[in-house]
Amino acid sequence: MITVTNSQIVTFQKQKSNNEMADDKKFNRRDFIQNSMRITLGLAVAGLGGLTLMHSTKGNYVWQIDPFKCTQCGRCATSCVMSPSAVKCVNAYDLCGYCDLCTGYFKNGVKDLNTGAENLVCPTSAINRKFIEDPYFQFDINENLCIGCGKCVKGCTSFGNGSFILQIRHDRCKNCNECAIARLCPSDAIKRVPADKPYMIKGDFVKKDKS
Amino acid sequence: MRKYLTIILFLIAVTYSGWVNGQQRFPKPEFSTGYVTPSPTTPEPRASLLEYTDVVILVIVLSIASWIALKKRSRRLMLWLSIFSLLYFGFYREGCICSIGAIQNVTLTLFDPLYAISLTALLFFLIPLIFTLFFGRTFCAAACPLGAIQDLLIITPFSTPVWIRKTLGFIPYVYLGLAVLYAATGTDFIICRYDPFVGFFRANASFNMFLIGASFLGLGLFFARPYCRIFCPYGAILNLMSRFSRKHLTITPAQCIQCKLCSTSCPFDAIEQPTEDQKTDELQGVNLKRFIIFGLLIPVWIAAGGYIGSKSHIFLSKANPHIYLTELLIAHPELKNDVNNIDIQTFLTSGKSFEVQVKEAEIIRHKFYIGGWIFGGFIGFVIGMMLMNQSVFRKRKDYQPHKGECFSCGRCLKYCPVKKDGTVEEIAKNITP
Repeated sequence: MITVTNSQIVTFQKQKSNNEMADDKKFNRRDFIQNSMRITLGLAVAGLGGLTLMHSTKGNYVWQIDPFKCTQCGRCATSCVMSPSAVKCVNAYDLCGYCDLCTGYFKNGVKDLNTGAENLVCPTSAINRKFIEDPYFQFDINENLCIGCGKCVKGCTSFGNGSFILQIRHDRCKNCNECAIARLCPSDAIKRVPADKPYMIKGDFVKKDKS
Repeated sequence: MRKYLTIILFLIAVTYSGWVNGQQRFPKPEFSTGYVTPSPTTPEPRASLLEYTDVVILVIVLSIASWIALKKRSRRLMLWLSIFSLLYFGFYREGCICSIGAIQNVTLTLFDPLYAISLTALLFFLIPLIFTLFFGRTFCAAACPLGAIQDLLIITPFSTPVWIRKTLGFIPYVYLGLAVLYAATGTDFIICRYDPFVGFFRANASFNMFLIGASFLGLGLFFARPYCRIFCPYGAILNLMSRFSRKHLTITPAQCIQCKLCSTSCPFDAIEQPTEDQKTDELQGVNLKRFIIFGLLIPVWIAAGGYIGSKSHIFLSKANPHIYLTELLIAHPELKNDVNNIDIQTFLTSGKSFEVQVKEAEIIRHKFYIGGWIFGGFIGFVIGMMLMNQSVFRKRKDYQPHKGECFSCGRCLKYCPVKKDGTVEEIAKNITP
């Protein structure tokens, strides 16, 4: 059992200061090393920052699908970190033919053209078919049901105008630093786009050169 | 002749109508009922202003954390600040953007001329480094949501032997090197992909992500802050910065009295005990010799590491999807008939020639070759420095936090019986060590 008294502490502190006197030189050297290393590291950080700053932009980036590159592989539905996916089908109404026999809505070669589930392309019945006037129908996507599988997009692009497109919806997208579906996209269709132009909807933007 | 011409023209018209923009297969109907075409909704992403708010909040949190660590010296306040960061940067901002992942954005900016980093990401990378250079790792203590979630779940931390800690402490450098290599070659952001806690922040992740996160938290019950100590690549940089920080949290506000009360208070084993003078004095001469030998060996380590790194560049490059696909096509040409292989089918229908694909893969592989040299050289350098550091024995008379490994969490502060004016609390005058 050791009892520390105040007087002991005082003598101890005296010893300590004596030791410090002896080690003064050593401590100065250590201070010098510390200071010069700190300055070196500071300059390194500043240099790295400056170099990067030259290539920086003020605006942010978001992820978006180029509908002209998209091949509707179906990975958007399964690979997004969100479940259901933040990718949804969008109808670019300007391009839509308002077809009665919509190939994005009805399966190919079904017997009856009625709205029975067995006749529909969409696995979650997320497409609403609304009568406008004979023989035209408007097709709307219910985003709460859409899982972004792109089956309707494939149907519309293969046989129709291609007005159904897949887009990342920014009210749902978490804007991950590394987009999980961009990494797995087989056609490299998902790219970073400036946040002030966050959508690539056919009709609003034109296909660039094939390269 | 005219018949053929008509057929050819018809065929051209049909093929063109499919993919030329603006020329639709089915023209837009002319409605007679006055129907107006709606336009698709476009929900806006998060406003840029809010992103800058995040930067401001980061600066405020870091300032308060540094003030708490150095001036206020209160564990309780630090805890509340870290809970705030966990709620804000973790659960509200859902883990993106974070300083750890920003390493990769910075790297990609330096290596890919087509990519420009957003200013907020750059600031998230730089600000904690600058703060650490002045005040120690206060970022780890209170601003990092990944640290905060682990910090809350430290239940019974066990002390680990120093050789285990030193060996495991090597992993962050490898992780950092790999993250930079894969970001520089445009392959992947592995830090983000294997972020263990983002699944909890979003309450939405794949099973594997949850499993990794849960095992980290489970391990963290006994081995405090496992991700920070044996994985975090940003922590490796902060460790270096903090070693040379201008100021740092001290256990005692005045003069250490060697009461040993704090010696077991640190769950991270980051408190260094006083050295026994005789032992270090005996070693001093031997150390200098060893120090010089190990110092001279560093270039050998770098060369050896670089050589091994360059030799393994083919293995390392397999993570690149482009190289993976090209290798798959070369090794298994029969897979071209596999209709279920999406990657191969997409490549075949894209119209890109196989030669171009191979040429592109070779360019990427060459990047990996150079990257392998740099990565291996870096690892060799770290090994060399670690060994050289092993021969440095500093004399210590007091209980001090290890400036590199200390997270400035402030747990040790309340164990110190010394008050700011140098007086000792009554209770410590009768302690039994």
